[in-house]
Amino acid sequence: MGEGRPAGSARAGSSPDARLPRLSAGAPNCGREDELTGPARPQISLNHVSRSFVIDGRQVTVLDDVSFDVPATGITAVLGPNGSGKSTLLRLVAGLLTPDAGTIEIDGAAVADADQRVGLVFQEPRLLPWRTAIENVAFPLELAGVGAAGRRERARSLLDLVGLAAFERAYPHQLSGGMRQRAAIARALARDPQILLLDEPFSALDALTRERFNAELLDIWQRTGTTILIVTHSIAEAVFLADEVVVLTARPGRVAARVAVPLGRPRLADALDSAAFSRAAATIRAHLGGSPADIAAQEAAAAPVHDVLERAGAPAWFDPFGSGPIR
Amino acid sequence: MRWRGTFLPVIAAGVIFVLAWKLVVIVGNYPQFILPAPEVVARRFVDAWLDGTMAPHAWATLSEIGLGFSAGATLAVGFGYVLARSRLAERLLSPYLVAAQATPVLVLAPLLVLWLGTGLLPKVVICALIVFFPVAVSTMVGIRSVDRRLLELGRSLRATHWQVLRHLELPAALPQILGGMRVGVTLAVIGAIVGEWAGADRGLGVLINIARGSMFDYPLMFATLATIAAIAVALYLVVVLVERALVGAWR
Repeated sequence: MGEGRPAGSARAGSSPDARLPRLSAGAPNCGREDELTGPARPQISLNHVSRSFVIDGRQVTVLDDVSFDVPATGITAVLGPNGSGKSTLLRLVAGLLTPDAGTIEIDGAAVADADQRVGLVFQEPRLLPWRTAIENVAFPLELAGVGAAGRRERARSLLDLVGLAAFERAYPHQLSGGMRQRAAIARALARDPQILLLDEPFSALDALTRERFNAELLDIWQRTGTTILIVTHSIAEAVFLADEVVVLTARPGRVAARVAVPLGRPRLADALDSAAFSRAAATIRAHLGGSPADIAAQEAAAAPVHDVLERAGAPAWFDPFGSGPIR
Repeated sequence: MRWRGTFLPVIAAGVIFVLAWKLVVIVGNYPQFILPAPEVVARRFVDAWLDGTMAPHAWATLSEIGLGFSAGATLAVGFGYVLARSRLAERLLSPYLVAAQATPVLVLAPLLVLWLGTGLLPKVVICALIVFFPVAVSTMVGIRSVDRRLLELGRSLRATHWQVLRHLELPAALPQILGGMRVGVTLAVIGAIVGEWAGADRGLGVLINIARGSMFDYPLMFATLATIAAIAVALYLVVVLVERALVGAWR
């Protein structure tokens, strides 16, 4: 498997538990030294990033010359139809993929391998089914060599943060879909990342739960002060959460527009009904362009690539039980 | 009560089996060397255990199975992992794996006795060989079907190869590995008996031969068969209990 681990694994600097106490910091953005230099400093910058995949012997460009900045401690949403390379973009920032062209920098340093300053929340919870909720949240700390007592304490406070304190001993199969995704968010925060990347984290939830989770995400953001980059295909979600929405075109994904959201903070659920919200949403919809039928056709054409990173195990050449799809 | 639901059908099935056996003996009026009656076998079974005829043989067979299964299953898990992760190893080795499995143990056993003597070693080797295939294949399939999304999670958390193996691949493949072991443990019993038939001075296979060939004690032969079956069932239950303890909570 591709876990190349170059010697630079100490690059991230501080050990995960060194910064643990910061979780309880009350107000948004407080306790971060880099705040002194102003809130608009770019923390993540993408410069002319392109990436293509070879699918069935065909070169498919998924992202084409994408450039934008993500300001520190803000929330930026990336919005686009299916196949616009949103998930690929997130994996590039997380260091799980490398760009074919262009550079991605976090705090001015190029992203190389999976980056310790980043916490990742996937589309599905991806909890380990054989671990209880608290063991799942503690998993990143266990891998980082944090002692059992420190792990438990940190995982407890994170479960508390996401409202799962009563379910620490539950196995994932005993939790609802929403609870699992909460646990996944807690796990992503375990190493106290400066940046939280979310890949359509609530797309599997029903609309009402989703609204509630967005409000909770804002709450968590205000309490932790992390920079958030969230990928979504919901305009309402993007506008409600973000300071700025980066709109991508259908494949190949290019930046169609960057729309600033003129809503104040803290944002409450009634922001969804304000005129500023509707205007921002209308602007974004205009940039997405095309009739709904056009967009549907584009998404259908893009569908085969959508799951390119999510395939289950390759089949054995010699495989009497024939498990797994064809690679 | 849960226990009643579990054991009542088992006991009922046992009673029906014994009654049917008895009925066949009465209706057919078979002589003892064809089919002894259940109560005759039961009496001989108890006697053989009490007078010390059965115990040393049972113990010999059990230790062959224990050693052979442990060695075979351990090697098979490692081998299966390599097969799952290296395409080259899979292509080079899997034909031999299949060929070895397809070669009848009945033919292999006398050869192994010839090479390794009549002691414990050839039986352990036969048991290990017979256990190897199902466990290796189930390990390979299990490791290969580990959810790639979990492996990507491991990568995003900068897990080392060892951590991926220890925390992601092995736990995820464990249900399948244990499934292979269920099959393997019953095969190991056959392996031990076949090994003993090929040449040994003790073991339940030897006792069957003695009871049939030199003592003409057919009830003892059936009592020995019952012991072998009991060992197989007990070992299978051990694997099931281990399975329940390891993966019962999260499945």
